[in-house]
Amino acid sequence: MNQKLKTLIFLLPLLAFLGLAGFLYSGLFSDPSKLESVLVGREVPPFELPDLYNPDQTHDQSILGGEPMLLNVWATWCPTCYAEHTFLNTLREEGVYIIGLNYKDDSRAAAVNWLQELDDPYQINLFDQTGMLALDLGVYGAPETYVIDADGIILHRHVGDMNERVWQQTVAPIFYRARLQAGLSVPEAYRHLARDSEQGGIDE
Amino acid sequence: MIAEIGHFSLVIACAFSLLLTVVPLTGVARSHGGQMAMARPLTYGMFLFTLISFIALCWGFLVSDFSILNVAQNSNTQLPAIYKLTAVWGSHEGSFLLWMLIQAGWAAALALFSKRLPLVFAARVLAVMGMIGVGFYFFMLLTSNPFDRTIPMIPVDGHDLNPLLQDPGMIIHPPLLYMGYVGFSVAFAFAIAALLGGRLDASWARWSRPWTIAAWIFLTVGIALGSWWAYYELGWGGWWFWDPVENASFMPWLAGTALMHSLAVSEKRGSFKSWTVLLAIAAFSLSLLGTFLVRSGVLVSVHAFATDPARGTFLLGFLGVVIGGSLLLYALRASKVVSYSRYELFSREVMLLGNNVLLVVATMVVLLGTLLPLVHQELGLGSISIGEPFFDQVFMWLTIPFALMVGLGPLVRWRRQKWADIQKSVLLAFTLAVLLGWALPAIFAERVSGLAVLGLLLALWIVFASVAEIKMRIAQRDNILSSLVKLGPSHWGMVLGHLGFAVTLIGITMVQNYEVERDVRLSPGQSYSEHGYTFHFEELRAIEGPNYHSDKAVIHITRNERDVETLFTEKRFYNVRRQVMTQTGLQVGFFRDLYIALGDELGDGSYAFRIHYKPFVRWIWAGALIMALGGALSISDKRYRLKRQSARVMGQTSKGTPL
Amino acid sequence: MSKALSWLSLLALLSWTLFAVSAASASGETYTFETDAQERQYRQLINELRCPKCQNQTIADSDAPLAQDLRERVYQMTMEGQSRGEIIEFMRVRYGDFVHYKPPLNASTLVLWLGPAAVLIIGVLTIVVMAKRQKKALNLSVQEQQRLDALLKEEQSDEQSEEQRR
Repeated sequence: MNQKLKTLIFLLPLLAFLGLAGFLYSGLFSDPSKLESVLVGREVPPFELPDLYNPDQTHDQSILGGEPMLLNVWATWCPTCYAEHTFLNTLREEGVYIIGLNYKDDSRAAAVNWLQELDDPYQINLFDQTGMLALDLGVYGAPETYVIDADGIILHRHVGDMNERVWQQTVAPIFYRARLQAGLSVPEAYRHLARDSEQGGIDE
Repeated sequence: MIAEIGHFSLVIACAFSLLLTVVPLTGVARSHGGQMAMARPLTYGMFLFTLISFIALCWGFLVSDFSILNVAQNSNTQLPAIYKLTAVWGSHEGSFLLWMLIQAGWAAALALFSKRLPLVFAARVLAVMGMIGVGFYFFMLLTSNPFDRTIPMIPVDGHDLNPLLQDPGMIIHPPLLYMGYVGFSVAFAFAIAALLGGRLDASWARWSRPWTIAAWIFLTVGIALGSWWAYYELGWGGWWFWDPVENASFMPWLAGTALMHSLAVSEKRGSFKSWTVLLAIAAFSLSLLGTFLVRSGVLVSVHAFATDPARGTFLLGFLGVVIGGSLLLYALRASKVVSYSRYELFSREVMLLGNNVLLVVATMVVLLGTLLPLVHQELGLGSISIGEPFFDQVFMWLTIPFALMVGLGPLVRWRRQKWADIQKSVLLAFTLAVLLGWALPAIFAERVSGLAVLGLLLALWIVFASVAEIKMRIAQRDNILSSLVKLGPSHWGMVLGHLGFAVTLIGITMVQNYEVERDVRLSPGQSYSEHGYTFHFEELRAIEGPNYHSDKAVIHITRNERDVETLFTEKRFYNVRRQVMTQTGLQVGFFRDLYIALGDELGDGSYAFRIHYKPFVRWIWAGALIMALGGALSISDKRYRLKRQSARVMGQTSKGTPL
Repeated sequence: MSKALSWLSLLALLSWTLFAVSAASASGETYTFETDAQERQYRQLINELRCPKCQNQTIADSDAPLAQDLRERVYQMTMEGQSRGEIIEFMRVRYGDFVHYKPPLNASTLVLWLGPAAVLIIGVLTIVVMAKRQKKALNLSVQEQQRLDALLKEEQSDEQSEEQRR
């Protein structure tokens, strides 16, 4: 065998290793436990759930849509939900429409009590004791927040607590662009999104 | 103060490793015998100061010195003394210090037992060990110092050791596993030294063989122990989960097994030398890769250490230097090696090479299966999971040709074998295996499963082929007993190794095909029957342990009205960590285990229990021990010892004369 | 990761330890089945589906509430007579390919099967070619022959010195 070719063949293990090392390096800077939602771009699956305050009243998928909104999954057993609660209240004051999905809580009373103490940021409160809507949504923990557009399509899922930084950087642009597309008003700070989308849009 | 001594010793050990890298190699370059001879004392120095450092950390744990951060995070005054000691390697920092102690220990052993090696070669080998040490010491000092202080905020008590690790199995599992991982650094050092010297010959293979087998023995026992621990401690009844951390230990084992066999060819026949060198590099590289995977947090695993990207970056850089550098050296040097041995298609060489290919394919399957989820995500293709269903299927297919060759290989002669000469023995052994492999399940099991027959057949084939092989070897001699002895420990080592594999294969086959798992609800006084055994839940006791409290269920097992054993299964609540742990109840038997784990209270005074019936599960680990025993027998072969004696004479003559 | 995960993971993160989650134990629920086939399908599925919430565990091995829900769903669907494939598909639609421990066969995962298969084929071919080539008398150039002779000589002297050492 030609010596050059032979050296090339003997170089293959090194090349394979270098390729692998590249992936390992980029892997160091991403979170392996982070999952992307499969449902992004699809409608929320049909459901029928009782209201948190009023067991006799039920809601179904028709409450979603009409205008862009957030769907927030929470529970009283979840400390991070406590941490994000104040920020959700601020969002509500800002005029953001939020639906609360109470996920497998210890009891209805505990959840109601929590909302009375901490204020209720939700326009509608769903009570999902068995976690069946959560399962259909692919929820894997609380808190999670979904952005849903005026047609009831899921635009984005955020896993973990909602805070000023996450809201400003990721969620608000998606949410307000959806509002602009639905022909609704947005705060001054987000008007530029309209121009961006006219120029072909920006990637999320 | 003690902590500072430990920290300072680590710095000194690091300095020793630097000198060990530089001095002998400059000695080689300048043909200066004195500098080359410095390799040994420098190695001892590196080991000694690592040992001091390790003892200092052990002391910190034993006296519960919570001014040391590592102690505060991983120990507690109420922790039993033995677990205070094992808590030393319960954390990333401590376990890495253990890792380095073992690395330095292997280097010291190498220095001690390498007197027969030519000085130039010994100097190169030890320098490579030093080089590996340099990276590890800097890693430790810069990113993972186990002697960091909590001063001035010294906590009153420690955060306690993870309850999972408060178990006898954890006392020796990590040290054994590390002995194996790091042990491959010796084979690696031999390979690199041979490449540096530009001479790959049979003597290189002969020197590195016992060291490779020694490391392989430790790794085999370490993995088996880990599997056994997972089986009784995790409470899931599984013995292998294809978790990234398990895979990280399995890959070097597969590569090491291939290396061991390839070394045999290189030693005895002088062939496959560049292939053997590549395997030596691969075995240690995979150990390093495993360390990286476990300690960098790039993969999701139940066993992962708490992570820090700085560590990951450092380790990856180190990996790049060690693995990348050695593979580059390999490409430059090994490509010039000329192989001149001759063999035909049906020969021992080809059998061994064939098994090597299968082992490498298996390594690759594990490597791809472990890393593809990461690559997939990095490429933006989304998250995927690769686990048991994938690995089980692929490994089943790989086992078939592998086991066939394990049986056939020893029957085949070096260079050339006429099929007609072994045809009778092979056909007889195979026919027996097929018949028995089908008959055993047909007679003893409630249903005959195809996979069970396949697994048994393969295992029995190895057994019968081994018997046929021994029969063939002693056929020409008169005295059977003395000729059995004359086969030599190395030969018996091989036979035991192969039989051990067969035993493990039987265990895996039986558990996979015939295990039974039931979730049952029982109140005190109720019973449940499975496979003729009646589990009677007698009572639930509240127990106070040293650092936990627990609910202990008493289960009385009977069979045909006769007592078998009373088992206890607990749910322990560890006070400091606030973690719940299950202690399983096990009734161990030669042919089956009964396994019971206490679950949650179900409200009405009844409890959930998970009951397993595990046929032949012990055989899995027993087989691994037999394999390890085979390895030990191989090393004990006179071939290696005689050499040492003769070498001592050689060593004296060669000492003063620089080569 | 920060504090983004719920209580279970938070606890695990805070614990700073070797093992990131506490060991699971026997699960709380006990199911009854009408046929052995149902039970087998259920057992097999819960041992192949991954708990999306946990570090790296099947839903059979995990105690997380989500794993319990998923087991419940697998049980219900099994009892409704849904096939193994249907249940896996149901989970895939919700949690993605991630949820099944055996990845789907597509362009990006093909390497899992093709990679090892390629190595196996190349390995076997190399062995056959090498053995065949060595069976024939070595057909070497003059230069190669000289080098080979030199090497053989070296090796022999090596072995002789080895003998002498004994």
